[in-house]
Amino acid sequence: MRDFSSEHFLLEDGSKIAVIGGGPAGSFFTYFALDFAERLGMEISVDIYEPKDFNCAGPKGCNNCGGIVSESLIQALATEGVVLSSDVIRRGIESYTLHLEQGSTVIETPFNEQRIAAMFRGIGPLGADGKDGGSFDNYLLDLCKKSGANVIHEAVTSAIRTADGVTLSTKSKQKARYDLVVGAVGLNTNALDIFKSICPSFVPPETTKTYISEFKMEPELIDKHFGNSMHVFLLNLPHIKFGALIPKGRFVTLVLLGSDINKEIASSFVNSEAVRKLFPPDVNLDDITPCKCFPSINVKGAKLAYDDRVVLVGDSASSKLYKNGVGAAYITGKAAANTAVFNGISAAAFKKHYQPVCSNLERDNVLGKFIFSVTGIIQKSHLLKSAMLGLVIKEQGKKNQNRRMSSVLWDTFTGSAAYKNIFLRFMNPLLLIPFIWSIIKSMFNIIFKGK
Amino acid sequence: MRNNKLGRLYRDGEIVIKKGDEGTCLFVIQEGRVEVFDEKGDSEIKIAELGASEFFGEMGLFEKDVRSCTVRAQGNAKILTIDKKNFYKTIQKDPTLAYKLLQKMSFRLRELNKKVLQS
Repeated sequence: MRDFSSEHFLLEDGSKIAVIGGGPAGSFFTYFALDFAERLGMEISVDIYEPKDFNCAGPKGCNNCGGIVSESLIQALATEGVVLSSDVIRRGIESYTLHLEQGSTVIETPFNEQRIAAMFRGIGPLGADGKDGGSFDNYLLDLCKKSGANVIHEAVTSAIRTADGVTLSTKSKQKARYDLVVGAVGLNTNALDIFKSICPSFVPPETTKTYISEFKMEPELIDKHFGNSMHVFLLNLPHIKFGALIPKGRFVTLVLLGSDINKEIASSFVNSEAVRKLFPPDVNLDDITPCKCFPSINVKGAKLAYDDRVVLVGDSASSKLYKNGVGAAYITGKAAANTAVFNGISAAAFKKHYQPVCSNLERDNVLGKFIFSVTGIIQKSHLLKSAMLGLVIKEQGKKNQNRRMSSVLWDTFTGSAAYKNIFLRFMNPLLLIPFIWSIIKSMFNIIFKGK
Repeated sequence: MRNNKLGRLYRDGEIVIKKGDEGTCLFVIQEGRVEVFDEKGDSEIKIAELGASEFFGEMGLFEKDVRSCTVRAQGNAKILTIDKKNFYKTIQKDPTLAYKLLQKMSFRLRELNKKVLQS
């Protein structure tokens, strides 16, 4: 029999929370729940269930991610007092290089400082060892442990609602009762199924397949060919919205985003001239690829990702379209922690205080879809791409000018700003007029100079 | 310094903020150390030394006044800039972002009170 009295759904001294999943969303929830509770002088306990060992190289310790911590998240974490250790940051990104069939240009980061971190969720691809650097997910888990969380390296197999909470069972038949269960299981369908019994109205997110692979190279070669730049490709290839090569220590990560990317689509991208010419000419890319995978990404958020004593966070609830999944994990994890500690753990509390945060992300994703549709049109047009490239090159050549197109592209590809913000800046006449002028100039060049 | 730290590199002795300049950013030290000092005539009065994960320049976020001290790198230091505009936009959505900042400012005030009582 469920007790619906509101005081029954408030955390108090001695309350127990289980977080299923020790990725960024679970860790951010834990870190902030413990922090907020401490500020209120409340003693709660958090158990994080994570069967994976992030200290393993390759798929065993990997959470299938491009491995970028965005500028906005770096700034937010720095303000929270969380400074990523140099062991975790495989490279600080200080620019991105935009590659089109028409040419390439470097877009520098605002303030000329490294504000984006390239990292691995585990310790790295197959062939990586501890010497290459540490795991981002482990780093966050360690922060949680330092705050008092208990990490249990076991898989949760079932969750049953009882009169006074939710009881979880693990693979080794251990059982424990909790006041609140937090789902931070990403898009793992088996793990999401566990929530069907305790969160019956929950509708899981919609997904699509993406492609991630790694190239192992000597650090000197990576410095020479890629530098501290994220290489972004807007090529006219079917199914691919966006491709990026991200240098990290001894590896370069390739991320392809689009719709249902398969082996052939990935191969057409890797073998395109714009991509191939970035690598040393004598290198066979298949020979230096230790890992590749086709992970799912969230393209439409979950519905009703909460109930009494249950809340789902991160990819399991809402994410940012194509970008900044770790940033969305931070936003949703922190919002759920905020709700649980300050407003309670009832479905009504989550609906009132947590759902609006997820809805904001979803609304922003609608604009994101529009922005990527426009990008798709530009991607297919020689004229528009030449005009865009021309405008960006002109902006980058003028140091003290407001680089409007560059900054819109920077935020679109790095995931540093909300899509609404990018959209409004793109619609600014001070950007549109130079862009239209650049289109006219490119048209002239194409017609009269054949460029 | 390896390229796996964020922020901008300031060389030993390089000025990060100068007393009297307009303050529009908060700075968070990612690696290395800085010293905070004031100038009185020709002499320098050292106010504090700060290390990794500590921040400075926070007054510039909340006041319209100019920088009250000079900060320079002690050895090479990597320092991340948090710009005022972004800070306020973010804090508007998530006020809890200010907790750590307030905590640190409160701590600094307490330390200052102690120094005043001791002097």
